[in-house]
Amino acid sequence: MAVKSETMIINMGPQHPSTHGVLQLILELDGEIVVKATPHIGFLHRGTEKLSEYRTYHQIIPLTDRLDYLAPMSNNLGYVLAVEKLLGITDKIPKRAEQIRVILTELTRLKSHLVWLACHALDIGAMTVFLYCFREREEITDIYEKVSGARMTSNYFRVGGLSEDLPDGLDAEIRKFAESMPGHVETYEGLLTGNKIWQLRTQGVGHISAEAAIDIGITGPALRASGVDWDLRRDNPYSGYEDYDFEVPVREEGDTFARYKCRLDEMRQSSRIILQALDKLKPGPILADCPKVCLPPKKSVVDTIEGLIHHFKIVSEGFSPEPGEIYQGIEAPKGELGYYLVSDGSPMPVRMKVRPPSFVNLQGLPQMVEGKLLADVIAVIGTLDIVLGEIDR
Amino acid sequence: MSDQAIVEKLKAKFSTAVLDVVEHRGETTVTVAKEPIVEICTFLRDDCGYNLLTDLCGVDYLGKAPRFMVVYNLYNIATKQRLRIKVPVEEQNAVVDTVSTVWGTANWHERECWDLMGISFNGHPDQRRILMPADWEGHPLRKDYPLQGPGREPYQGRLS
Repeated sequence: MAVKSETMIINMGPQHPSTHGVLQLILELDGEIVVKATPHIGFLHRGTEKLSEYRTYHQIIPLTDRLDYLAPMSNNLGYVLAVEKLLGITDKIPKRAEQIRVILTELTRLKSHLVWLACHALDIGAMTVFLYCFREREEITDIYEKVSGARMTSNYFRVGGLSEDLPDGLDAEIRKFAESMPGHVETYEGLLTGNKIWQLRTQGVGHISAEAAIDIGITGPALRASGVDWDLRRDNPYSGYEDYDFEVPVREEGDTFARYKCRLDEMRQSSRIILQALDKLKPGPILADCPKVCLPPKKSVVDTIEGLIHHFKIVSEGFSPEPGEIYQGIEAPKGELGYYLVSDGSPMPVRMKVRPPSFVNLQGLPQMVEGKLLADVIAVIGTLDIVLGEIDR
Repeated sequence: MSDQAIVEKLKAKFSTAVLDVVEHRGETTVTVAKEPIVEICTFLRDDCGYNLLTDLCGVDYLGKAPRFMVVYNLYNIATKQRLRIKVPVEEQNAVVDTVSTVWGTANWHERECWDLMGISFNGHPDQRRILMPADWEGHPLRKDYPLQGPGREPYQGRLS
């Protein structure tokens, strides 16, 4: 009797625990081998871009928190930098505001990478790492809470600077945390890097070459692990990143293990940047001197009628950038996060397009898993570090 | 090479297709005719080094003619330069040739542009809706699509 061979279609997600949210994959399998993988997205589509066209520039900041909800401050930073560029006030941002932005976005990078490592390791079967990572992440969410009042949806940056200064004594706490972080990274590496099971599950898995990665648009640590030495913080600096001394980790292998090593090295570099920024921090203003854009100091709102009118005008009407269009990209934890803004001179954008890194990186998934084992799909979803909030927007 | 030099190079090669060049906040935007878009993009990738298509999206300028613009944000990883290409698209003939043959990443971006803005991409390998459900009617990012959903009065905004 002839052996009959046929492929099987299985549905993975959108309620699958290892798809990191509501990602659905339709997998065509020949035994254990993936013949075809088709991602289906959009289950978390909230219409952020449409909503933005009906809000003033300041009202959009809380919407950006909810894009990549594991790295809210990075989203905020990309957006406020884009609006500042549209207004032409990029060079008026006070040094202190820029430095606090750098400290917090680097903490955000650590926060995002900690969730990535925790879930990636858990998916592959290493439970301990998850608990360790979430212990450190908890400290960052505490810092978030002290800074902005919220543990995840921070809404802390403002066009022109920050909503408030750092609370007293917090810089010492951040310093203590940043100094402890390299030691923690050593612990994670101790649990995973030399672990034979971890190596077998990650080395050579989900390989992508530099050419293929650029063609499909992969950015961030996933691209650097394929040997492309490119980091927007160093190559197109923003928010004063040119003043910091840090290295950009690059590896040549292009597999899951290389991406793991790259991200861990990035965590060490983030701690370095935070400590340098803390050293630079001097007392000073945290909001640009742009009365048409920034809210007046609270004291003048409470004490003077002019201040009250000024506050009222900005809150109720917003500000109107001159007609034009700009694109601002930043190095978010997951890759290049870009905002494309079009203004027609009204207080609301004509178009706000978000370029989410996860959306583009996920597009590379089929070519990384097709022809490979089903179990590798789990490793590849983890290594791509996707967040459905920003994929679906 | 400066942005001006690249624009000059583009003009020398496609003299009739370059419709407009605007510089705003240090960024260069080149508006080109839509017919030779694939040749222009191939030229920019191969001869000018713009190897990464960072973003592609549609913009709806309701009330203006042509109504839509398709925007290509390009990046050159070697020289760290950006360039923006725009293509005007008529409402009656909202079709542009796909550039997914030039940059693979355009595939999903063009699907999203079709899904939300209703601009069709000629020759696209897989033009399906991507964010909205497959049986959805209408294209939500168009300016005449009501904010609160189909069948509702257009949102007047809190400013009016």
